[in-house]
Formats: sequence, structure tokens, C-alpha cells
Amino acid sequence: MTATGKILLLHGGLLCVLFALQFVLPAYHHGNLARIMVLASYAVGYNILFGYTGLLSLGHALFFGAGMYGMGLSIQHLGFSPAPALLAGLIAGVAVSTIIGLLALRTVGVAFMIVTLMFAQAGYLTVLYFVDWTRGDEGFVIQQAQRILWGIDLSDPSNRYFAALLLFSISLLISLWLVRRPFGKTLVAIRENEERVRMLGYDIQAHKLGAVVISGTIAAVSGAVYGLLFGYVGASFTAVPHSILPLLYVLLGGTGTVLGPFVGTVFMFYLIDLSSGITTAHMLIAGVVLVAVTLFAPQGLVGELRRRLWRWLP
Amino acid sequence: MTLLSTRGLSKSFAGLQAVSGVDLDLRQGEVRALIGPNGAGKTTLVGMICGRITPTSGQVMFDGREITRLPAHKRMLMGMAYTFQITSVFTGLSVAENVTLAARRRVPHSGLSDAVTTALRRVGLSEHVEQEAGDLSYGHQRLLEIAMGLVQGPRLLILDEPTQGLTEAEVDRFKALIRELAGETTILLIEHNMSVVMETADRVTVLNFGEVLAEGTPDEVRANAEVQAAYLGGD
Repeated sequence: MTATGKILLLHGGLLCVLFALQFVLPAYHHGNLARIMVLASYAVGYNILFGYTGLLSLGHALFFGAGMYGMGLSIQHLGFSPAPALLAGLIAGVAVSTIIGLLALRTVGVAFMIVTLMFAQAGYLTVLYFVDWTRGDEGFVIQQAQRILWGIDLSDPSNRYFAALLLFSISLLISLWLVRRPFGKTLVAIRENEERVRMLGYDIQAHKLGAVVISGTIAAVSGAVYGLLFGYVGASFTAVPHSILPLLYVLLGGTGTVLGPFVGTVFMFYLIDLSSGITTAHMLIAGVVLVAVTLFAPQGLVGELRRRLWRWLP
Repeated sequence: MTLLSTRGLSKSFAGLQAVSGVDLDLRQGEVRALIGPNGAGKTTLVGMICGRITPTSGQVMFDGREITRLPAHKRMLMGMAYTFQITSVFTGLSVAENVTLAARRRVPHSGLSDAVTTALRRVGLSEHVEQEAGDLSYGHQRLLEIAMGLVQGPRLLILDEPTQGLTEAEVDRFKALIRELAGETTILLIEHNMSVVMETADRVTVLNFGEVLAEGTPDEVRANAEVQAAYLGGD
């Protein structure tokens, strides 16, 4: 079988398995998986910038939050229905990531990390400051009546699962499509040797900006969908830990692999879930496992799989 | 017709004068070798010509246009190509993908695979098309680097020590390639291998301590007493 055939089979296969799983999973894991798929979409977006372009952002919570608040505020204060609210979240994501991209890309390396971190922190403080609109730390609930999209109640677990799967499928396919396109290949080349790519006549800044906007917009849509599916919009989603999460997911799953973000999210989610069942010091167990994975699979789980077995993995 | 010229091109790094007041004129189609001892400023000079390094003062003109402040990628789109002294191929990509990446900005989509095949054939890498570039021998990586320059069909091809690390047979092949390109492509060649310089260059510019020490045909330069003292090891 050709590499393209294998790639389509593997990724299509995963989506089919996820589709089938909802009929057999117990309610608890069913709910978890819906949440995981939305968070994995966030990580897929993050991976486009970090894994494929080699730009480490510590401020992706700002994009996730832009989508979430773009959606939530327009429902809460403008009386939008879910479809236009999601669109508002998407537009907020495009706008915020374009502006942040233009500013942050004036820096490189460690400075880029710091600048993105600071912008995200400014975003978090903005949410807290406009407490009349955002209800600050406490956040606000999106009522069940406000979560009916084209007659489909998104608070219903099985509808929610479908919506999450749809979002994840779209993100995964965009990511897969992108890395096989010339644009995606150029991003990988920029990651490997930026100066070389520049001397081949490519506009590096324009490509990086494109990567920030695509990555930020996927993160924003994930944020908007998260708020809509789980009915809550809060400031904690724009705080620093929420910027670190996708970095961990991607590192664990495998940077620069299409499936890595999903595998990393599942792994991390259940690691915390299972270890908190054993002890209250669950982060200690999680920490030890993370150190072990980093030691023995430095390229992440999917990265290791690619290195050892499946060289064709995108 | 003059394709490239520099006037008073200078660069100092924190007080150290790497290149000072270089005037250079390259005719369309000529092969120009740039020689000089290590640290003479060859790579810095070429860096300013292709936009990697901003000059402290002076001008660069290409194809009748002043390009001193033009970003590097735009100069490449005007018809320059640059190959690196330190091999900078993309080790994770296949040989063909490396050349495709180099070609994509300049070659229309329909002609892409033909252009890639031709460039690889010219440097003698046809048998390695699908191989991962990181698995190539050092010499073959150098040749791939040259193919990445060639495939862009450049008007000015800048080669920074292209024969470093090549076997004798590969060097002979390289000389033949340069002779083949001469006339259509203007070539600026930084080179240490004297046989390559003597056999391929139309004119030679000798750089010493950042200044042009001599310029002329290979024979003139070889006969020049100052050059011998500074570089060729005569006493």
C-alpha cells in the first residue's frame, strides 16, 4: 500500500473508531472522551505552530479564550443563537491571532515565548477587569435554552459527543491536509533551517504569520465549542496553566505528528483522572510518569512510533 | 551588460573592518571566482550581495536596480540563488523534496518535476532521488546543495566553497557543470581549490583583509606578485 493510502486508512480509521466508541462507552468515559476531543482539537491547533513551524508559544490560552469569550459574550449580551455565536468566536480568533502574530513575530526564540506569555496574561487580566461583562473569575453559565443549535440540544450527551467528534475531525483533517500541502512543507522547512528557506526566496514572516493565524484560529474555535458544549465560560480558561496544557499534550503525544496531540491529550487526561483516584497527591504520580515518558520517548508517543516502526507517519 | 555591481561596499563588526570599500562588476554570463585567505571577508561580501548581511555603507546594484536595502527573499525572487558554505540541506526530507522546495518559488507548478529531475541529473544525483538527504554522503549533500541552486534557474548563482569535501571525480564533474552553465548563468564562486578557479573562472577577484587586492584573468592573477605573497604561497 502507498504511504498516502496508509495515512488515510489510519486517520480515517481513528475517526471511525471514535464514532463507534460512543455506542459502547459507559456514560463517564463517554463524557470524558467528548471533552478530550475538544481539548485535542486545541492541541492540534497548537501543534501547527509548535510542532510543525517550531515556534513555542506560551500564550495559546489567549486564542482559546478569544474564541470562548467571542462566543459566550455574544450569546450573553447580544442574544446571539449558537451558530452566529460560534462564528463570532471564530472571527475573534482570527482577529486576535493576526494582531498577536504581527506583534509577537517581531521577536524570536525565548523572547517570542515571553511575549506570547505576557500577551496572554494581559488577556486574562482584561477578562478579570471587565467584570461587569465577563463576571470575572466566577465566569458565567450558558443556559441549556441558549445551547440549541439548529434544533439540536448540545447539552445532550450524545449530541455533545457528535459535535466534539465533528470539531475534532475537522481539525485533524485540516492539520493532515496542511502538512501535505506546499505551505505546510515550507513550515517544516522553516522549523529545520529558517535561514536556508529565506535564501530560497520564501517570505519567512508571512509564512510564520500564516501559521500563527491558522493555529490561533483552531484554538479559538475549540474554545468557542468548549464553552458551548459544556455550558460554561470562565477566566481560568485564559490563564497560564491553560496555555501550558496544549504544550504538554503535544510534547507527550509527539511534536510535529498529526496524531500526537490526540494521543497526548488522552494520555494526560486519563493520567490525571486515574492518579487522582489513587491519591490526593495525584500530580506527583503524573509528574513521575511525565518524566519517564520524556526520558524514554523523547519524541513523544507517536513520535517514537514513527521513529521505530512507521516512518511514513505525517 | 553588467548584471551585478557593488560600490564602496563595507561592513564592520563591532569595530572590526571585515570588508572595506569593495567595487565589483560582474558581466552577464561571466564566471567570477572570489579568492583570498581565510578571514579575508569573502563570505561577508557575498552575504551583503545576497541580503543576509546589512552593509555598514556602500551600494549593491542588480539588474540595473539598487537593492542595498531589499530583503534577501526578494533578491532571490529577482533571480539570485545562494548555496551555503556549511551544508544546509533539509536532512529529514528526501533529495527530490529538497530540490522541489528550492524550485517552488521560481518554477511554474506544471514544470516542477521536470525541473527537479533535470537539476539532479546535472549534478549526478539521479540515482538518489528518493533517498533521505540526511543519509547522503557529505560530498553528495554538497552536490544536492548545488542542485538546489541550479533548479531555480538563477541569473546569478552564488556558490560558497562548493567543492569543499568533494572527491576528485566529483570535482571534475563540478568543473564540467560550471563550464556548461557559463555563458547563460552568471556565477560568483568562492573557492579554495585553485584548479577549479583556474579552469572555470573568466575573471578572478582576490580579497585580502577585506579589500580587493587584485582582479584579472586567472593567468594575470597567478602572475601577480602581491597575490602570490598574500595567498598563493609564493615567497
